[in-house]
Amino acid sequence: METPAVPQSAYQPVQRSWFQRNQLKLAPWLFLLPGILFFLIYVIWPIAQSFYISLYDWNGLGDIHEQGTYVGVQNYVELAGDRNFEISLWNNLKWLVLYLLAIPAGLFIALFLNQNVVGIRIYKSLFFFPFVISQVVVGLVFQWFYLPSNGLLDSMLGLVGLGPLNVLGDPDLATYGIIVAGLWPQTAYCMILYLTGLNAVDPEQVEAARLDGAKGTRMLWYVILPQLKPATFIAFVVTIIGALRSFDLISIMTNGGPFGSTRVLSFYVWEKSLSERGFQYGYASAIAVVLFLIMLVFIAYFLWSMYKEERAG
Amino acid sequence: MFPRPIQKASPAAQITYKTLLPISLILWLLPLIAVAIFSVKPAADFTTGNYWGWPSSFEGVTNYTRVFFDSDMPRYLLNSVLITIPTVLGALALSCMTGFALGVYKFRGNFLIFFMFIAGNFVPFQILMVPVRDLTIDLGLYDTKAGLILFHVAFQTGFCTLFMRNFIRALPYELIEAARVEGVSEIKIFWYIVLPIMRPAIAALSVLIFTFIWNDYFWAVVLTQGPGAQPVTAGITSFNAQFGVAYNMLSAGSIVAALPPVLMFFLMQRHFIAGLTLGAVK
Repeated sequence: METPAVPQSAYQPVQRSWFQRNQLKLAPWLFLLPGILFFLIYVIWPIAQSFYISLYDWNGLGDIHEQGTYVGVQNYVELAGDRNFEISLWNNLKWLVLYLLAIPAGLFIALFLNQNVVGIRIYKSLFFFPFVISQVVVGLVFQWFYLPSNGLLDSMLGLVGLGPLNVLGDPDLATYGIIVAGLWPQTAYCMILYLTGLNAVDPEQVEAARLDGAKGTRMLWYVILPQLKPATFIAFVVTIIGALRSFDLISIMTNGGPFGSTRVLSFYVWEKSLSERGFQYGYASAIAVVLFLIMLVFIAYFLWSMYKEERAG
Repeated sequence: MFPRPIQKASPAAQITYKTLLPISLILWLLPLIAVAIFSVKPAADFTTGNYWGWPSSFEGVTNYTRVFFDSDMPRYLLNSVLITIPTVLGALALSCMTGFALGVYKFRGNFLIFFMFIAGNFVPFQILMVPVRDLTIDLGLYDTKAGLILFHVAFQTGFCTLFMRNFIRALPYELIEAARVEGVSEIKIFWYIVLPIMRPAIAALSVLIFTFIWNDYFWAVVLTQGPGAQPVTAGITSFNAQFGVAYNMLSAGSIVAALPPVLMFFLMQRHFIAGLTLGAVK
């Protein structure tokens, strides 16, 4: 750009206030202030507080320093020998592994629906439907689906001479029953991610690969999936977080039972503090800290990936 | 396009595809269809064991009327609205500003703050539960809508900031620089230049946050109790206790509770999907 030729003498420095002169430095902080304040008070600081509470034996009543006793890492030592904690941990692992099935299932449905026929848009929206409904309702719906003898599942099993199956009443089956309920909306979510991703697949590459004789699964694996990588990444993030956050479905469908067999860490925290069997706030916080640390591994990995992306782009 | 367009396949394959579509949809939505049918049945059908047969009479109007006049459902629904709308407005207001700050300015700590918002958005709720509950009690806001709203606004700001910041990053930066050269103040750049072009992001986030907050159950249980402040997700458990094994009523209640986000989704589908799939395409 050319600087317009202005005679030096005509230049009159404008009087500007301190704020105006420093605007560029101050502005971001002023814009950030309310958001950061809220976030620090309600998210960051409570995390630190939970770490702190986990070092106490406290029933949640009154001030922690007056009513509670400092016990150091005692809560964590106790956790190591807690059978229920062990069950919760195992169930979390089951959730984590099985929940990932939502990703291939979502991809499968997305491939099935990625066509141009009359009414396909409505089909896509209706397939997405389960994700929009609250998990509470999903839980109730599946609870009725599993009703012993009268539920839809048993009625269908009955037609082929099987059953009856009391899925939610069987300690060996209940967790899987809940996971299936959770997979329903989660698959819908992954499907929509992949549908969007498929929309953006480069048609020229596909055509070129077709000319080279690629088709079917080989085409999917070598040409399509690499282009769907961003969608797959997001699907992983939301599915893993979703699996570790599972609480609503368990609370609605079995309330941790039968015999505590469907507990996961998030539910166990709740049980040990706010439920009628609870009031061990220090111990509950210790469980929450463990869950947080498990999640932190994934969060760190996600942030690392995003950081690399940001640097590259 | 992948898979290969069905129009290029044989007529037999096309017919198979077109028959498979509705069948697979019915199978996929079977649990929901069952609930919808339950909700128009008379209570007698369940006591006589007619769970899956043809309804002996159609009682849809009676059942849904009872949901609205014989229970606390209208209160819970109103509470949900009064919690959800302010949360959406609050989270959007905060995150438009934070997103703008992180997307437009280069300063030390920018990345760190951005990552703090993202990381905070992913933490398990349970690590916040006890302290946030205590804080809410200390503020005198336990079992109030305000208590829930304040927390939701703070937590959703994390996700919204991520969204807004990335959206602003994709805008042409020359626009802002040109305005600066003209001597436009930063606040005016935000208000008159950036905010208007952020409208699609604001629309996408509002439907998304509406759905998230409407469907929240955990915090409703932790921070409220009873029909005074409880939203419909938590209220439905008391509703279910009231109607016991009257599955027709339970189904009608569930459908009513689930409906608002569903309507929101169908009315604003494009925005909703744009919000959810953020980052799924490069």
